[in-house]
Order: sequence, then structure tokens, then C-alpha cells
Amino acid sequence: MSVTDRSRLALVFRRVLMLLLLGLAGGLAYAVLSLPDQAVGLSDRVRANMETSGVSNPVTAVLLNFRGYDTLLEMAVLLVALLGVWSLGSAAVYRRSNPEPVLLSLVGVLVPMLLLMAGYLLWVGADAPGGAFQAGSVLAAAGILMLLACKRPPVQLLGWSLRLVLVLGLGAFIAVGVSLLSASGMFLQYPPGLAGALILFIEAAATLSIGVTLAALFLGGRLDPDA
Amino acid sequence: METMTVLQWLLDGMLVLALVWLAWRALSSPDLFTAIVLFIAFGLMMALAWVRLQAPDIALAEAAIGAGLTGALLLSALARSNDLADRINDDQIVDTEKK
Repeated sequence: MSVTDRSRLALVFRRVLMLLLLGLAGGLAYAVLSLPDQAVGLSDRVRANMETSGVSNPVTAVLLNFRGYDTLLEMAVLLVALLGVWSLGSAAVYRRSNPEPVLLSLVGVLVPMLLLMAGYLLWVGADAPGGAFQAGSVLAAAGILMLLACKRPPVQLLGWSLRLVLVLGLGAFIAVGVSLLSASGMFLQYPPGLAGALILFIEAAATLSIGVTLAALFLGGRLDPDA
Repeated sequence: METMTVLQWLLDGMLVLALVWLAWRALSSPDLFTAIVLFIAFGLMMALAWVRLQAPDIALAEAAIGAGLTGALLLSALARSNDLADRINDDQIVDTEKK
């Protein structure tokens, strides 16, 4: 195949791609424009059932109670993503450079504040914007800052204790679901009196797991205790 | 009331323009580092847009995960791929020196 043939083929491919994208954009525009003006949605049903949810923030009520199963699967997806990264190899031990003093003192100030903020976001999630994912990512930000400052966790913690924390969120979620299944016959159907406490328990475990999982994703490889 | 509405329209319009411009620059930038920094800026603007759409929960998640953590992940991936490219180049130089 000559060079001109190839560039002509690339041009044809680009035109076809442009047509397909234009078609997609047109379809999306049509779908948006043909939406009903006043969609009923599910917000009325959520509002009507808020008393039984155990929290007063509708977003947390949907995420952890009404559609708790979705959040359970999200936690599983996060864990599987980390397993995928770990299956690629162990984390490279590289650039053990001495971090600059500015970074070190910044880490000293920021990490305690981030930990406090993660706890606040977790607690406030029950009745204002916040919750496990936000708190977990703030926790992960603290972890990444520590890693950037070359403050690695002690080797003894990298074995089973790390793996235990990683599956803690999903494990707590499933444990609550299964115990409710055996008690009332419905998976993740919280009794209204206990719902608030159960949601806080699941969210606390999930926050820890999400934070550690995201920080471990940043390292980009398996953490071997003996490496 | 009138001036508030005009100001809000101005803010929203500028947000939309900034979002589209940042997205276009991030996609079209040949330098990967620039693209990542533009992507982080896009995430922060997106968080503002979620606030304007009265979705503070999503705004928090966007700022923390979309801008912060994804940016950090992309930067570490870039550093790693640069390291890999350097190592391959070094190997090639060694190979040619052997010949």
C-alpha cells in the first residue's frame, strides 16, 4: 500500500467517523429536546419515604438505603479495579528522593486537616451533602500526600491488615445485607429504627476502604511486604 | 432582582464557555502534561457547574474524585510512562554502543 493510498484511507476513515459523531450528536440533541417539560421522576416518592430512611439527606437516603444495592456494587467495582491494577505487577520502588522541606511541612499541616475533613464529611453525610465517597476520596488525598512525601506505611501493615481494610467496606455492606436477609427475609431492607445507625456503620467502613483503595491505585501496583 | 438574573446568566454563560474551551484544549493539546493540567482545571469548573445546577453532592464528588484524584492518577501514569520511555531509550543506546 503506497503512502497516498494510506493517507486517502485515513481521510475516508475520518469522514466516516465525523458522520457517525454528527449522527450521535443529532440523536442526543433530539433526545434532550424531546424530554417532557415537567418530568415526574422519583423525587416525590423519595420525599414521601424519607422518615423511614434513617437520614435526612435525600441523596444519602437514595445511595445507602433505597438503592443500597447500587452502592454495594460500586464498592465491588472499586475493589475489582484495584485487583486489576495489582494483577499487572508489583509497585515499582523508585525515586526514593529526599522530599523538599516545603512539601514536608505542608504535609504536616494538610494531612491532619484532611483527616478531620474526611471525618466531618462522613458524619455530615446523614443530613447535608457529603458521605462515604467524598470522605473516602479526601482520605485518599491525605494518603497520596503522604506517599509523595515518601512517608510509606510500615511494612508490617502491608500484608493482611492492608487487605482487610481494602475489603472492609464491601464486607460490612454484605454482612449487614446478609444479617438483614436472615432476620427479615429482605436483602438490605433496613428496619426504620436501626437504619441511621446501620448507614453510619456501612459508610464508616466504606470510607476507610475507599480511601485506602484509591491511595493504593495511585501507587499503581501490588504492595509486596517483602519487596 | 433584575441585575441578579443578568449576573447569573453571565456566570452560567462564562462557565459553559470555559468548560467547552478547557475540554477542547485538553483534548487537542499535544503535550500530555498540559492536557492533564487542563483536565484538572476542567474538573474544578465542572464542580462549579454542579453547584450552579444545585447538586452540591455531585460537586463535592467531582472536585475530590474528578479533579483531584483522577488528576493525581493521570500524573503518576504520565511519570511512569516517561520513565519507561527513558529506559527503552537507554537500552537502545547501550545496544548501539555494543555494536
